[in-house]
Amino acid sequence: MSVAEAVLVLEDGRTFRGEAFGAIGETIGEAVFSTGMTGYQETLTDPSYHRQVVVMTSPHVGNTGVNDDDMESSRIWVAGYVVRDPSRVSSSWRAQRSLDDELSAQGVVGISGVDTRALTRHLRERGAMRVGIASDASPAEALLARVREAPEMTGAALAAEVSTSQPYVVPAVGERLFTVAALDLGIKTMTPQRMAERGIEVQVLPATATLDDVLAVGPDGVFFSNGPGDPATAEQEIEVLRGVLSREIPYFGICFGNQLFGRALGFDTYKLRYGHRGINQPVLDRSTGKVEVTAHNHGFAVDAPLAGRTQTAYGPVSVSHVCLNDDVVEGLELRDDQGRLRAFSVQYHPEAAAGPHDAGYLFDRFVEVMDGSRRRSRAMDGSQRRSRANRLNKPPVTVEGSVVSASSASTDGEVS
Amino acid sequence: MPRRTDISSVLVIGSGPIVIGQACEFDYSGTQACRVLKAEGIRVILVNSNPATIMTDPEIADATYVEPITPHFVAKVIDKERPDALLATLGGQTALNVAVALAHDGTLEKFGVELIGASIEAIEAGENRESFKAIVKSLGGEVARSVVCHTLADCAAAVDELGFPVVCRPSYTMGGVGSGMAYDADDMRRIAGAGLDASPTTEVLLEESIFGWKEYELEVMRDGHDNTVIVCSIENLDPMGVHTGDSITVAPAMTLTDREYQAMRDMAIGVIRAVGVETGGCNIQFAVDPSDGRMIVIEMNPRVSRSSALASKATGFPIAKIAAKVALGYSLDEIPNDITQETPASFEPALDYVVVKVPRFAFEKFPAADPRLTTHMKSVGEAMAIGRNFTEALQKALRSLEKPDAVFSWSGLPGDKTALLARAAIPHDGRLGVVMQAIRAGAGIDEVFAATGIDPWFVDQLLLIHQVATEVATSDTLTPTVLRKAKRHGFSDAQIAELTGGSDEVVRGVRHALGVRPVYKTVDTCAAEFAARTPYHYSTYDEETEVEPRTRPAVIILGSGPNRIGQGIEFDYSCVHASMALSAAGYETVMVNCNPETVSTDYDTSDRLYFEPLTLEDVLEVVAAETVAGPVAGVLVQLGGQTPLGLAAGLAAAGVPIVGTSPEAIHLAEDRGAFGHVLATAGLPAPKFGTATSFAEAKLIAEEIGFPVLVRPSFVLGGRGMEIVYDDDALRGYIERATQISPSHPVLVDKFLDDAIEVDVDALYDGRDLFLGGVMEHIEEAGIHSGDSSCALPPITLGVEDIARIRESTRAIAEGVGVRGLINIQFAVVSDVLYVLEANPRASRTVPFVSKATATPLAKAAARVMLGTSIAALRDEGILPASGDGGDLPPDAPIAVKEAVMPFNRFRTEDGRNVDTVLGPEMRSTGEVMGYDADFGAAFAKSQSAAFGGLPVKGRAFVSVANRDKRHMIFPIKRLADLGFEILATEGTARVLRRNGVPATVVRKHSAGPGAHGEPTTVGRILAGDVDLVINTPHGSTSDGSPRLDGYEIRTACVALNIPCITTVQGLGATVQGIEALRAGVLGVRSLQSWARADDEAAADVPNATTVPDASTVPDGAA
Ligand SMILES: Nc1ncnc2c1ncn2[C@@H]1O[C@H](COP(=O)(O)OP(=O)(O)O)[C@@H](O)[C@H]1O
Ligand SMILES: Nc1ncnc2c1ncn2[C@@H]1O[C@H](COP(=O)(O)OP(=O)(O)O)[C@@H](O)[C@H]1O
Ligand SMILES: [Mg+2]
Ligand SMILES: [Mg+2]
Repeated sequence: MSVAEAVLVLEDGRTFRGEAFGAIGETIGEAVFSTGMTGYQETLTDPSYHRQVVVMTSPHVGNTGVNDDDMESSRIWVAGYVVRDPSRVSSSWRAQRSLDDELSAQGVVGISGVDTRALTRHLRERGAMRVGIASDASPAEALLARVREAPEMTGAALAAEVSTSQPYVVPAVGERLFTVAALDLGIKTMTPQRMAERGIEVQVLPATATLDDVLAVGPDGVFFSNGPGDPATAEQEIEVLRGVLSREIPYFGICFGNQLFGRALGFDTYKLRYGHRGINQPVLDRSTGKVEVTAHNHGFAVDAPLAGRTQTAYGPVSVSHVCLNDDVVEGLELRDDQGRLRAFSVQYHPEAAAGPHDAGYLFDRFVEVMDGSRRRSRAMDGSQRRSRANRLNKPPVTVEGSVVSASSASTDGEVS
Repeated sequence: MPRRTDISSVLVIGSGPIVIGQACEFDYSGTQACRVLKAEGIRVILVNSNPATIMTDPEIADATYVEPITPHFVAKVIDKERPDALLATLGGQTALNVAVALAHDGTLEKFGVELIGASIEAIEAGENRESFKAIVKSLGGEVARSVVCHTLADCAAAVDELGFPVVCRPSYTMGGVGSGMAYDADDMRRIAGAGLDASPTTEVLLEESIFGWKEYELEVMRDGHDNTVIVCSIENLDPMGVHTGDSITVAPAMTLTDREYQAMRDMAIGVIRAVGVETGGCNIQFAVDPSDGRMIVIEMNPRVSRSSALASKATGFPIAKIAAKVALGYSLDEIPNDITQETPASFEPALDYVVVKVPRFAFEKFPAADPRLTTHMKSVGEAMAIGRNFTEALQKALRSLEKPDAVFSWSGLPGDKTALLARAAIPHDGRLGVVMQAIRAGAGIDEVFAATGIDPWFVDQLLLIHQVATEVATSDTLTPTVLRKAKRHGFSDAQIAELTGGSDEVVRGVRHALGVRPVYKTVDTCAAEFAARTPYHYSTYDEETEVEPRTRPAVIILGSGPNRIGQGIEFDYSCVHASMALSAAGYETVMVNCNPETVSTDYDTSDRLYFEPLTLEDVLEVVAAETVAGPVAGVLVQLGGQTPLGLAAGLAAAGVPIVGTSPEAIHLAEDRGAFGHVLATAGLPAPKFGTATSFAEAKLIAEEIGFPVLVRPSFVLGGRGMEIVYDDDALRGYIERATQISPSHPVLVDKFLDDAIEVDVDALYDGRDLFLGGVMEHIEEAGIHSGDSSCALPPITLGVEDIARIRESTRAIAEGVGVRGLINIQFAVVSDVLYVLEANPRASRTVPFVSKATATPLAKAAARVMLGTSIAALRDEGILPASGDGGDLPPDAPIAVKEAVMPFNRFRTEDGRNVDTVLGPEMRSTGEVMGYDADFGAAFAKSQSAAFGGLPVKGRAFVSVANRDKRHMIFPIKRLADLGFEILATEGTARVLRRNGVPATVVRKHSAGPGAHGEPTTVGRILAGDVDLVINTPHGSTSDGSPRLDGYEIRTACVALNIPCITTVQGLGATVQGIEALRAGVLGVRSLQSWARADDEAAADVPNATTVPDASTVPDGAA
C-alpha cells in the first residue's frame, strides 16, 4: 500500500486529501464521476475518458485486478483516477496484474482514501469542473492555479488525439455479409467486435478520414464511434457525415457519433451539468415502449425536440430513445420518404463494455438497415440513380417542398 | 401500461408464524404489498395466523383473517370474501404452497380467483428442481449433475456416478428440510434415509457437490411489459455448502469482473422469462468455480424472499412494494423511485457503500444439535450493517449480533495455526472468528483460502483488519491518524479499548477530544447521482455528513436488533407502533435498528432511519448527530426488548434523556434484590430465592428454600440457561456448566413452584392510572417458559376475584417500580396464592397478541404515555377505550389462544437424530400463532392447525405419561376413547386406564425392543405412521439434561413425522376440547374487523362437515 500523501483540488477551490494511488506525480483534467459497480478496467481504457479525471463512486476498486481481455483500447485513457478503497490483492482467475501496478506502469496519477461520495455530490450540485491531483507533494495552492489555467472541456477537439493513426480491418466472424467504414473517434474494442459477430467486416478509419476515404471502402454502411471532446468542434467529421447521409448510405452512430449525427442534421449539442456515466441508466425505446438498462458515458447531448418529427435536408428525423431519468435525448433516427429507417444513432453504449447487454439489438438493426438499402439499390434502375445524382447538386429539398438548409432544421408538431 | 381496472379486491396470504427460514421479512414485504394495494383503492383481504405482525393490524387490510394458513381455512376465506385475485408471492413458501394447493383442488377456479404475480405453471417450473434444471439447460446454462432416487439402492447407484460428497435434497420440502451433505456411505444412508422419509413423494435428489465454489444471488424484478432489472447482486462470503440464509453475505458482489457479472445477469433474465414469472420479484442463485469461472445455476425462487428483504434494505429499492404494483399491471417506468422521486423504478440501483449481512444462531438453546452449517438453514435471525467499505460494514455487522464472541478479539493467544485452520475448514457458527485467529497465528491468504474456500479478496480484508488492530495495539498513543484508520475499518471503541488496554469510555473520550466522529451518509439507490428525499442513513468515518437540520422535536426509538429466540418480531411490532403514534402526535420519529427483515427498518416507517448497530457507542453517536440536527425529546428504550433496555443506564449516564420508565426504575424491576424489596413493601408473595456465585452458596440457598429449585443467570431474556434442578448433584453440574458467573453476574436460585398456573399480564401505567392490557392464562403449568407455552385471553379458568387480585398486584408493582409506560408481569397461582415470578418494565412478547385479541393499540398508547400523555387523556382521544380494559372483557368476548411454534424439526444431533422436544423454562420457540374464535375449544383447535397442521379428529392416540400425571390424564383420555379414538399405551399407563374403564392396547416400550414375533415398539408404530396423536409427559428428573430415552425416542419420532405430540396434561385437556370443536365441524372464519363490530351479522360459521387437518406452514429456507 502506497502511503505517500496526495491532494485533489477542484477549480472552485474545494480540496480533498488522501493517499497516492498509481503513479506519483501531478495530473489535471475534467472531474467526472462514474457509478458503475463493475467494469473499472473497461472504464479506464475507454478513450472517451481522455482528459478526464474519473471519480469512482463504488468504494472498492481493483478487486479483480487487470487482464488483457477486458481492455477497451490499447491503453488507459483517464487523466486521473479517484477511488476510496483500492484493493490490495487481485482476486480473479483471469487477473494478470494488479490495478495499482497497471496505473503506475502507464503513468496514471490517482488518489485514494478520499470521500468520493462528498466529491460526487459536489460535482452533482456544481457540475463537472476542472480538477488537479498531486501526489508529488506540490502545494495545493499552486495546483489550484494550474487547474484554473487548464483548458475547459467545452470547445476541446480531442477525437484526433485518441484515434488510430492508420486504418485497420476487423474481419467479419464467419462469412462476410457487409462492409462498414467505422470512423474511429475513440472507438472501443468491443464495438467492431459486436459488428464482426454479425458478419460485418469493419474498416476502421482515422478520425481525419475524408469522405473519399470513407467511400473508397465501398461501405454498405458507415459508423461513427464514441469519443472525447466537444462535438461542436468536429466540423470536418460532420461534413463527412453529411456527405454520407446525402448519398443515402446507411449510418449508425454511438455516443459522439450520435452527437455528430445530431449536428449533421442541424440540431445543436450542449454540455450536461454533470453528464451520464454509469451502467444502470434507464432508456426508453420509443418505438417499442420498452425500457433498456444501458451503459452511459457522455458529458454532451443533442438538443432535439422530444415530441414530433423534424424535417431535415435528409428526411424526417425523430428522437428514438430518451433517458427516463432526465429526458435527455438518447437516440435519433432518420427515415426516408417511405418512412424506412435510413440512419440512426444512440447516445449510450450498446456495445456494453462494461454494462448490460439490453441494447445489443441495435447492431442487428444496423444490419437490417444495410440489408434493406442493399436490396433497394439492387432493384433500383439507372434513371433513378441519375436523377438522384442530379439532386445532389441542387439545394436540398424536403418532401413537403419547404426548403430547409441543413444548418437550420425546423420542427413540425406532427407526432411520429 | 397503467394498472388493471378489472381487479377490485385482492386476497393476500401472509407467511404465518416465524420459523427458521421464514421470519419477519415476510411481514415487511406483505405489509408493503397491502399498503400499495390499499392505496390503489383495492379491497385488501389478508390471511395470516401470526398476531405479532404489522400486516395483521386491522388498519393495514380491509378484512384481516387471523386464521390458519391452510388450504382448508383459506378456501373458507375465499368463499366468504370472493376476491378477484390472489397475491401469493409475498408470503414466502407458506403462501406459495397454499396457493398451489388451492389451484390444484380447483378452489381458485370455482370462485373465479385469478392468481396474480406468478402463475401456477411458473411457480412449479421454478420450484420443481427437475423442470428448473431443464429450463436452465435449454438456455445454454449449466446445472449441477443430479439423479432422482426413490430408494437407498438408487442412492448408492447414483453415488457411484456422482462420487462423494453428494448433496441430498428431498423433493417438495423447503428450506432444505431433510437435506444435507453426505461425505461417505454412512452419511448417505442417514441423510438420504431421512430425506426419503421427509419427502411426501419418497423422492430425493442427489446432486454433484460443488462445495467450496463461490456463491452468488441476484434479485430480479420484472414487469408485465417484460422490462427486467437486477435490483441487487449478493455475494456469499461463505462458499457453496452453507445455506445462503446461514452465510455471511455481501452486497454488491465484490469479486466479479463486469464480464462475469453480465453473463450472470443475462442468465438470470433468461431464466425469469423462461420460467414465466410474469411480474414481480424473484431470486436466482449461482455458483462460480473460483479456478476457471465455470458458472452453475443453483435454484430460483419465483417470489419475494428473505434475500429480497435484504436487497431492499441494502439498496433502497422496495422490492415488495414494486412487486405489488407490477402485479397490478403497472410497468416499472410508470413507478417512481420513492427515494429520488424524480427518477423511475426501471433502473438498477448503484451502491456507493458495502452491505454485510451476518446470521444469528441459537445453538446455545439446542446443546444436542449439530452446530455444523450445511445446506439447510439453521440461523434464527440476521443483522445487517452498512459501511463505506467492507471492513467497516463487516465489523459493524458483527457487533450488531450482540454476541460478545462474534466480535473479533485480539486478547489472549491465537492458538495453533494448523489446528485453527482445521477448525475453520468446517463451516460453523463463529467460523470467521476462527479464521481471524488463524491469521493472527500467521496463516497466509492462500492457506486460509485452501482451508475454507473463502475468496482471497475477503481473506485479505480480514488480514487488513488484523494489521490495523496490530497498528492500534502497537501505537503508544492514540493519534488522530491511528484512531481514524481504526474507525474507517469498523473498530468499535470497545475493541480499541481492548487493544490499548483502556476502557470504552476513555477511548471515546479521547476520540471525541480529537474530533474523530462518524458522519452519516444516505442510502439513495443511485450513488449520489440524484438527490435523495428519504433520510435513510448509516454511519461512516468520512468527511461529509448528510443529516439535515430539523425543527420539530425528535424521539429516537431503539429497535431490537437481530431476531433471536426470545426477542423477535413482537418487539419490532411495538417499535413500529410507537413510531406511528408519535409522528401522529407531531414528533419526528427516528428509528435505530440493524435488522434487515423488519418493518421498522423500512425507510418510510419513521421520519428518519439510522441503520446502525444497537451498541452504546453507535447509539450515542446517533443521538449526538440528531442533537446537532434539532431538538431531541428523548430516547425510547422500552419497546425493543432487552437490547435497548440494556442500553438505558449507559445512555442516561452519558446524559441522554430516556423517556418513560427511568433507568433507576428499570433497575428496580431487573435486579432481583431490589425487586424483592418492591414486592416486600407491597406485601406480594414471590417464590423464595437467593443469589449465588458459587456451588456452596447455591447449595445453602437450595437447602433453605428446598428442592426443586430453578436456577438461571441474572439479566437474561427468554430463560437463557434456565434449568429446574431437583438435587445437589444437578445443582453442582449446573454451576460448573454455567459460564461467566461473577459477583456482578450471580446465579439466581428460585424455589420452583410445582403445579402452578402461570399468568402473564401486560399493563400500562402512567403514575396514576393502571390500564390492564390483558390477562393471559397459560395452558402449560409454570416451569414451561411463557414464550413456549400456549395461553388463552381472556383467561379460561381464573375467576373475577383472581383477576381483581392480579389487577391490584400489578398496580402495586407498577407503582413500586415507578413504571411510566408498559410493564409485563408473570404470576403463578398455586393453591390460591398469587406469586410474582418476574416483572419486565418494558413491552413484552405478548403486546401484539394482546393488542389484536382486545383490539387495543397497547404499544401506541404506551409510546404516548412515555412522552407524558395520561391514560385518561388517551381514553378521551380514543386511542384507549373510553371505559374498561383488557382485565374486564365481557363474558361473551371471543377467546384468543396463542400457540408457540418450535424449531425442533430444524435441528439434528451430530448422528442425525432429531433433538428432544420437551418444553422447559428455557424458551426455544421461534414464533407464535393466534387462534381466535367464540369459545376455547375452537380457538385452540385453530391455533393447532396454524402452528403445525392441526389435530386429528379420529384414529389412534398413543399415551405414555409420568406417574405424577396419571391421575390427571384419566378423564381426558376417557373422552378421547368416547370420541372413537383407539388408545394405545405403555404398560403402566394402560393399567391405570383399564382400571378406570378405558380400553387401552399395550404397546412395547422402545427400550424393550421389538417382540419375539416382531411386535413393533411404540416408536416403531409411530414411524410406521399408524399413530395420529401422541400424549407423552416427561418421565423422571429433567435435571441432568440426559435424554429420558423412551420419551425422547417417542417425541422425536413425532417431530420426524410431524404428528401432534402433547407433553403436558394441561395441553392434553386443551387438545381434547379442540378435537371436540373440530368434530362438531363448525369452525368458521371471521375477520378481526368483523369481530370488532359487535353488531356484525357476518358471524363466524360457514357450515362444514369436519375440519380436515392440512399440511400447514412449511418453513422456507429458500434464497
Ligand atoms: N419460581 C418458579 N416456579 C415455577 N416456574 C417458574 C418459576 N420462575 C420462573 N418459572 C418459569 O420459567 C419461565 C421463565 O422465567 P422468567 O422469570 O419469566 O424468565 P424470562 O425473563 O426468561 O421470561 C417462566 O415463564 C415460568 O414458566
Ligand atoms: N450441488 C451443491 N453442492 C454444494 N452445495 C450446494 C449445492 N446445491 C446447493 N448447495 C448449498 O445449499 C444451499 C441451499 O440450497 P438451495 O438450492 O438454495 O435450497 P433452498 O431452497 O433451501 O435455498 C445453497 O445456498 C448452497 O450453499
Ligand atoms: Mg418471563
Ligand atoms: Mg436458496
